[in-house]
Amino acid sequence: MASIPKIIAQRIVLGLLTLWVVSLVIFAGIQFLPGDVATEVLGQSATPESIAALRESLGLDLPFHVRYFSWLMDVLRGDFGTSLATGRDIGELVRPRLLNTLFLALMTAIIAVPLALVGGILAALYRNTLFDRIINTITLASVSVPEFFTAYVLILIFAVNAGILPSLADVDASTDILGRITAIILPALTLTLGVLAHMMRMTRTSIINLLGNQYIETARLKGMPEWRVLVQHALPNAWAPVVTVIVLNLAYLITGVVVVEVVFVYPGLGQLIVDSVQKRDIPVVQACSLIFASVYIILNLTADVLSIVMNPRLMHPK
Amino acid sequence: MNQTSTQPEPDRLLEITKLRIEATIIPPGERPQNIALVDGVSLILERGKVLGLIGESGAGKSTLGLASLGYVRGGVRITGGEVLLNGQDVLKKSTRGLRALRGRTVCYVAQSAAAAFNPAHRLMDQVVEASVLHKVMTRREAEGRAVSLFRKLGLPGPESIGNRFPHQVSGGQLQRVMTAMALCSEPDLIVFDEPTTALDVTTQIEVLAAIRDAIRDTDVAAIYITHDLAVVAQIADDIMVLRNGGLVERGTTEEIIVNPKEKYTQALVSVHHIDHEMKDFGDTAPILSVEGLTAGYGGGQVTVLQNVSMDLHPGETLAVVGESGSGKSTLARVITGLLAPFSGSIHFEGRVLAPGIALRSKEDLRQLQMIYQMADVAMNPRQTVATIIGRPLEFYFGIRGAERNRRVAELLEKIELKKDLANRFPSELSGGQKQRVCIARALAAKPKLIVCDEVTSALDPLVANGILTLLLQLQRDEGVAYLFITHDLATVRSIADSISVMYRGEVVRQGAKAEVLAPPYDAYTDLLLSSVPEMKIGWLDQAISSRRMESAGN
Repeated sequence: MASIPKIIAQRIVLGLLTLWVVSLVIFAGIQFLPGDVATEVLGQSATPESIAALRESLGLDLPFHVRYFSWLMDVLRGDFGTSLATGRDIGELVRPRLLNTLFLALMTAIIAVPLALVGGILAALYRNTLFDRIINTITLASVSVPEFFTAYVLILIFAVNAGILPSLADVDASTDILGRITAIILPALTLTLGVLAHMMRMTRTSIINLLGNQYIETARLKGMPEWRVLVQHALPNAWAPVVTVIVLNLAYLITGVVVVEVVFVYPGLGQLIVDSVQKRDIPVVQACSLIFASVYIILNLTADVLSIVMNPRLMHPK
Repeated sequence: MNQTSTQPEPDRLLEITKLRIEATIIPPGERPQNIALVDGVSLILERGKVLGLIGESGAGKSTLGLASLGYVRGGVRITGGEVLLNGQDVLKKSTRGLRALRGRTVCYVAQSAAAAFNPAHRLMDQVVEASVLHKVMTRREAEGRAVSLFRKLGLPGPESIGNRFPHQVSGGQLQRVMTAMALCSEPDLIVFDEPTTALDVTTQIEVLAAIRDAIRDTDVAAIYITHDLAVVAQIADDIMVLRNGGLVERGTTEEIIVNPKEKYTQALVSVHHIDHEMKDFGDTAPILSVEGLTAGYGGGQVTVLQNVSMDLHPGETLAVVGESGSGKSTLARVITGLLAPFSGSIHFEGRVLAPGIALRSKEDLRQLQMIYQMADVAMNPRQTVATIIGRPLEFYFGIRGAERNRRVAELLEKIELKKDLANRFPSELSGGQKQRVCIARALAAKPKLIVCDEVTSALDPLVANGILTLLLQLQRDEGVAYLFITHDLATVRSIADSISVMYRGEVVRQGAKAEVLAPPYDAYTDLLLSSVPEMKIGWLDQAISSRRMESAGN
């Protein structure tokens, strides 16, 4: 069996390789979009000559591989280029947005992950009872409803009727931390309702799947209360699938928040990518896509590494 | 309900009266039925005594043993009788009361320690868990006690073994750690459920001696469950023989072993007495000839077989014996072509057999069949017996339809099963019947050689005996040769013509049965032979003391 550093190194190399392929796909994919920034900036009345001149000045007339590698080299140096639409540095444009999105994801994770774990453990403890069914139905219903609908229902209840929370989350650089937290409670709740069911059901199922094992009977025959049997003896062996699902959902919190950001007018990466696609602001779209892809790959890598680290057979070889 | 009026006798630890335990089973295509797993069994166990529960699988031994902890497995319920432990009825206790009892007053040692330990926790955490949970002692005291128990049970590195995870310890050691776990909280009673069944004979004897000494020194009472009468004879004061959930006979160990009254007990005591005349093959050409076989896994990284050579004659039974890890099953995989060897050759009927199964002709495949240890996983659960047995007929001979059904019926008759079993599914058969179907399937191909990989080790002794008798009968009728892989020397004595003893991938001794099983022995064969439990009181003491003398002499 390979040693742990070796396995982890392999995963990292694999992750980098995936990221490189993704960068290629993103760059190539965007080339197939109809129209480009030159036609978009100059409008329909532009002459072919002026379009050609602008393309040349932007370097859009160079062959694909040249443009790809020059873009890739810049990205590796941390330079995402300038926005074609606004002329601003993309790094500066993206950074606050990214931080906002990460903040929202973090807040959601802080609410959703413990809730999902506790809910899953309780559902496993009281499996096949009324409690189990109710908690299952509620979470399934919430995940089945589209996010914008959940968002509007929450706005209706907490902002319009109760008036205790803002309906918009339009924070800016001057908003203090308390204001930020208040602003994102509703978006975070909306996202929580969206990701809770998946993580909770996985926790419940993973635990229940292990209950037929002999070591669970051993624990019961030691006179342990059932909840301790689940938490101490089933859960540690259920981590691998649970962590994978949690991490997938965390990745979704960062890459899948577009709708929620739009509904709550939250200045995150999702908003930015939607706006940039509309403006054909290709460097920004590329930068955002690459960030999303990196988040996905890094989080999945984390899940892999965590599963390895939590497996005593790998951590403590014979 | 006269709990308060009858004062428990001081020496009486456990008293089970007319216990009835039922389960609901749903046979395929029929209505759910209630069956009794334990039917009106009573027993009395005094403090510090060991009671052996013996019987075949399905006799209700484990169910009865677990009932003394007030525990039943899923789908099972206790429907009558009482279980008095220290004078209190366990069956009337609340969940909380039962929890206070389990792990404190009564502990349980499971058959497979490898499965019974949580793979995610270190051994020490699991060993002291019950003691700390029930506040018998502090964690520090419990760890101290655990270490002294590890030492008493002869575990290597008693100070540090607790820091290991279950997968870092061998099966025999794990079983001893499990015994330490049960003893740690100083219970009044331990239920041992087949604690040595999953171990090699050479390991079994050590674990058995460790358990026996630990019971004696701590004065704990025990219920010792096993299907092996020779094992229980070494450890129990009294023995109860169970069958189909009912009591067959009970008595002191000596009464049961020396002078059994019931027919069933007599059959258990005399099991393995098969009359088999050893055949002599002299100069006949071998049907299978293995030469200098070296094989392993991981592209040469792990070598399991080293330079193995053996010959097998038509109609001969060659037993390959050894403990787990000796390379027996790898040998079977190489001969059947499932694993290509690194080097060496296999000749079959004078021609060279290709190393991999994909390179072998259909004729080679047909003449070399295999029967497995686990009959139930060797059959497709969705196919009927007729389909399973009929498949080789179709595949090798192109026999279909009515002719196939006729041949299936013939084969069923040969393996002594009723014809109407043809339409059953494997799940509707007993363990012995399943193995018979697998034999019929192998036989359907009209093979010259059948590789039998531990075919009786998952079966109860009497059922296993039936299978061995059948195999010998079929050999006489069909002239088929067997390569019989087993760790059970009693089986070898019953059926082998010649024997190869394997140890760590090498053949250490080989020849005709009479030669191999006669002194002078090499060290390993001696160890193997002296480890087989004999149905004799005091065998364990003799075996252990002669072993100690030998190691002192060396």
